Amino acid sequence: MKRTDMYERHVAAGGRMVDYSGWELPIQYDGTGIKTEHLAVREKAGLFDVSHMGEIMAEGPDAEKWLSTLVTNNIFVMKDYQVQYNIMCNETGGVVDDLLVYRYNPEKFLLVVNAANVDKDWKWLKKHLPVKGVAIDNISMKTSETALQGPAAEAILAKVADFDPSTLKFFTFTDKADLNGIPAIVSRTGYTGEDGFEIYVPWERGAELWDLLIETGRDFGLIPIGLGARDSLRFEAGLPLYGHEYSEDLGPLEAGFGFFVKADKPGGFIGQPVLKRQKEEGLRRKIVGLRLEDKGVPRSGMDVSDASGNRVGKVTSGGYCPSLDANMALCLVKTPAPEEGEHLSVLIREKPKKGIVVKRPFYDRKNGKR
Amino acid sequence: MTKIPQDLRYTKEHEWIRMEGGVGVVGITDYAQHAMGDVVYVEFPDKGRKVKAGEDFVVVESVKGANDVFSPVSGTVLEVNDALEESPELLNEDAYANWLVRLEVADPGELDSLLDHGAYAKLLEELEAESQ
Repeated sequence: MKRTDMYERHVAAGGRMVDYSGWELPIQYDGTGIKTEHLAVREKAGLFDVSHMGEIMAEGPDAEKWLSTLVTNNIFVMKDYQVQYNIMCNETGGVVDDLLVYRYNPEKFLLVVNAANVDKDWKWLKKHLPVKGVAIDNISMKTSETALQGPAAEAILAKVADFDPSTLKFFTFTDKADLNGIPAIVSRTGYTGEDGFEIYVPWERGAELWDLLIETGRDFGLIPIGLGARDSLRFEAGLPLYGHEYSEDLGPLEAGFGFFVKADKPGGFIGQPVLKRQKEEGLRRKIVGLRLEDKGVPRSGMDVSDASGNRVGKVTSGGYCPSLDANMALCLVKTPAPEEGEHLSVLIREKPKKGIVVKRPFYDRKNGKR
Repeated sequence: MTKIPQDLRYTKEHEWIRMEGGVGVVGITDYAQHAMGDVVYVEFPDKGRKVKAGEDFVVVESVKGANDVFSPVSGTVLEVNDALEESPELLNEDAYANWLVRLEVADPGELDSLLDHGAYAKLLEELEAESQ
């Protein structure tokens, strides 16, 4: 199994190490646990080792035009040093991966992709690479990534950065940051539903940055966060996870992320005809949010039935949401899907447990609990 | 270090049982609650259900996932711990004080095949060594 530069830090901090897409990473830390870690990010701050994520550079005179043909969002409207959320589709409108696109200039982009998909994405990109005009470079193993998330993130970063983090707007980045002597790319992005930053440094300086942020953040209530809370935070905040809300057979419109699909953008993209047809003809299935009213914990893969007991779909992600103190599920169901306030049941060990359809996301930082 | 009371019998799957007359009080061990993490829900069997030794009859749901609990012995479910319905996190606070199920034990002889305190402590040492 692969280990990040911060591995020893996790073990020393009581990290319970698990295999995640071939990486040995902490699911939680002894002494805190998922619930405590989750709430620390919502209320104070948390630090995540996300060095397992993949980073791919795309450079060349045709980089912008080429990239646009591979992703659903409109690359052409991006400004320099902006970040954009994107979905990379296959020909049938399913998803190869979802990713963040960082634009340095129209000839240079950084793509940040899921750890589980790095190899697949790399092959996909190479397969669609033109003979000239664009070159790609997989810098995943040269890059340590740390996510600093939570309401205190800005104040913590301000203590170590050579720039004022309050000037960095949501979904923008700088590649010229210096964090107490460590050169870094810093973006105001995250996967938690809170304010925060994602920080990219040379691989071998990952642990050094980790120590710096843990030390600096201590006075602000910062603690290290494992994969368990990373998942519960993203789930609550309505952020999709590849393999759950997306797959090669489950597309972005069905998953409810049509906002990031510009079906009419110039130049087209792989999967566009299918997604366009789905938009025109309507979806055959879609994901709805569910709050369980009966007791029980819905989990990914469980069957979902309607009020008359017919099986209508499956749970894509489910679990306990610490900020809501409720058991929630995302359910992929046949259309017409039930409206908010209507009911669905999750079959937990074959027993139907009733829930009410609710708005997504379940948690919104600006509005708090829903 | 995980707690292992002297007066209980244990299974390899980290359940404990204490006999009170003909009634077996069953729970999960401190090691088990620690491994499961934050407990958010306990699904109990119906009262009157007959279970065999080794049969799964309780599900402890933690933030991480669902965990089956196996009955240490054969018997009939007499009572379940309602306090855990409201406050499942009690299991994380003290897994020995917060029992799961009271069973009418069918064959007290089955208890002899369970681990005593020393054997269970040895099992945990082996598990500890494996994870190093």
